[in-house]
Amino acid sequence: MSKYDRRQFMKTAGAVVGASLALGMTASASNVFAADFPTAKVNTTGLAVTDKTVKVGILHSSTGTMAISETGSIQAEKLAIAQINAAGGVLGRKIEIIQEDGASDWPTFAEKSKKLLENDHTAAVFGCWTSASRKAALPVFEKDNGLLFYPTFYEGLEQSKNVFYTGQEATQQILAGLDWVAKEKKAKTYYLIGSDYIWPRTAMKIARKQIEQHLGGKVVGEEYVALGDTQFGSVINKIKLKKPDVIYAAVVGGSNVAWFKQLNAAGINAKKQTLLTISVTEDEVLGIGGENLQGFYSAMKYFQSLKNPNNEKFVAEFKKMWGPKSVIGDVTQAAYEGPWLWKAGVERAGSFDVDKVVAALPGYELKTAPEGYVKVDPNHHLWSKLRVGEWRADGQADVVYESPLIKPDPFPKGYQ
Amino acid sequence: MFGYSMADIGNILVMQGFSGLSLFSVLLLMALGLAIIFGQMGVINMAHGEFMTIGAYTTVFLSKLAVKYDIVNYYFVFAIVAAFIIAFAIGYLVEFVLIRHLYKRPLDTLLATWGLSLVMQQIFRSTFGAKEVSAELPQWLLGAFQPTPDIEIPINGVFVMGLAAVVTFGVFLFMFRSRWGLNVRATVQNRVMAGAVGINTKKVDRVTFALGCGIAGVAGAAFTTIASTGPTTGSLYIVDSFMVVVFGGAASLMGTIASAFGIAQAQSILQFFMTSSMGKVSTLLVIVIILMMKPEGLFAAKVRK
Repeated sequence: MSKYDRRQFMKTAGAVVGASLALGMTASASNVFAADFPTAKVNTTGLAVTDKTVKVGILHSSTGTMAISETGSIQAEKLAIAQINAAGGVLGRKIEIIQEDGASDWPTFAEKSKKLLENDHTAAVFGCWTSASRKAALPVFEKDNGLLFYPTFYEGLEQSKNVFYTGQEATQQILAGLDWVAKEKKAKTYYLIGSDYIWPRTAMKIARKQIEQHLGGKVVGEEYVALGDTQFGSVINKIKLKKPDVIYAAVVGGSNVAWFKQLNAAGINAKKQTLLTISVTEDEVLGIGGENLQGFYSAMKYFQSLKNPNNEKFVAEFKKMWGPKSVIGDVTQAAYEGPWLWKAGVERAGSFDVDKVVAALPGYELKTAPEGYVKVDPNHHLWSKLRVGEWRADGQADVVYESPLIKPDPFPKGYQ
Repeated sequence: MFGYSMADIGNILVMQGFSGLSLFSVLLLMALGLAIIFGQMGVINMAHGEFMTIGAYTTVFLSKLAVKYDIVNYYFVFAIVAAFIIAFAIGYLVEFVLIRHLYKRPLDTLLATWGLSLVMQQIFRSTFGAKEVSAELPQWLLGAFQPTPDIEIPINGVFVMGLAAVVTFGVFLFMFRSRWGLNVRATVQNRVMAGAVGINTKKVDRVTFALGCGIAGVAGAAFTTIASTGPTTGSLYIVDSFMVVVFGGAASLMGTIASAFGIAQAQSILQFFMTSSMGKVSTLLVIVIILMMKPEGLFAAKVRK
């Protein structure tokens, strides 16, 4: 991933003498020297870059209700940065992390973004999780021309020059997953259920259109439960009455546990009922308990059980750093890609300047991603595959379907 | 009717009735401890949810041990007792260190216990990690009764109902049929007089507070059967608990039971006929309206003014 685009290189490092140019073109990550890239050249916008170090920010919630989800992202980003540093850093500079806590509070995310960009002058920030936190931080990044790598699968309908989205947007997760379940399970009737906030509601809006207009199916019920709710008795009874072919779920966080436990207790299990969820990863399964999920499906782009050399290496090193009991979910993996993409962008640009990195990154192919091959699209999202995983009792999933590489489309026609 | 067969409607009525009862027992378990502390001592215990979490973590911890020694089918009853004892002990300590200095300033108890809840959440996070964990449940708690092929009654719901009944009965015995309960009630009515006739009011306070915390611990243990455990689990339940206590009228055990029943049935029925969120909102609206008319709650204790 450290091969340079020759033209970019010539353009930005034209003054460098022939000897070091030759070195640069054949360079591997470990023998790029900061001296070949004088700070004055690679940083013309006053970022926190010195001859030896470059500062980046990690901005997630390590306290508050979202800490449960965001901890994995923090761990993955720290692992990626440690690996990059061990391999010689970025343009010969070691990455220093400034970690801030968004505390599951959206105004705090905005405030900390401001701090990371205006006081610390970080060259890039890896962070945010919920759409609400991203929307709060976004104006700050746009105003200060910062660079954010955002890891969570989300509802789409957004694109910013200052953000790279390493999770999947709606079409890559929702549409592809529904297509699979309609074809594979011959599903006609669907019951939609989600937590009551922006992501599930937008997701269900898109899902409903897909079901009714393209799959010839019928939505027999649509339901939202309050965040954190643990009482699903009435909802489950309604589902029993409607007898849908598929329960399509986007219940998030702690509610998930109650939801699946009560589904099972009410006799709705994989033997009788197809259930496809877009909000359960290995992280949630820890709380839900594999036995309550066994046989149900998740639509994600990554599962820890993926079999490929990149992933085996990633899982081993993640566990080495964060303990043998740690699990890796979809978002954790997407968070891991952030620092690597940023490094590639900087090296392709030969500069830390945000505008140059933003210009250099589209078209980049990350061949070492644990999920396999991904590519950065000009719309700042990644080309990725959808995978459907069938949960096992041990909390891991068997991948039963893998789509072709899907081009990201954050503004799908007819779904807005 | 509504496009369903009569048999369907009948089955749903049975299951829906059960789901209301099950929510009732959950609300009751949550609110009982709070009602004792708030009603009898006037302490607004914002850390009540965290005492539930203590009970839940105790159960999770014991379940891990049970898995290790292969006694998953038997441990759960012990876990409930252990949850009570540990939450009781910590409550006892908290009263001694923190609460007893604040009896004359009830509003300050709100702040102090809120701070305590934040501290406890952080302790949970540092000790057990930020991720949610689940207790391993014994086989006999899983699955459902099937009296007919179409009716399924979740066993964990029945279990929580039974537990709520036992705990409520226990509290009733303690408060109204024991020497201790008499002392508690006397202290609440007139602290100075109770002290004068030889009741150790300090000890009464401490035991009452600890008892409330212990019941919260039991509630926490029960919740591991329906939900997961994380550092912030407690804060999910605290609002509902206060809602039940305030609606019922603080000082009354009957009020707590009636209010839990009313809220649970209203919510359960409304959620079935409306959407889930709307059901909750409508329930809250009704509560607010009733509280506007009866500010003391459903069953206000008669106080001489």
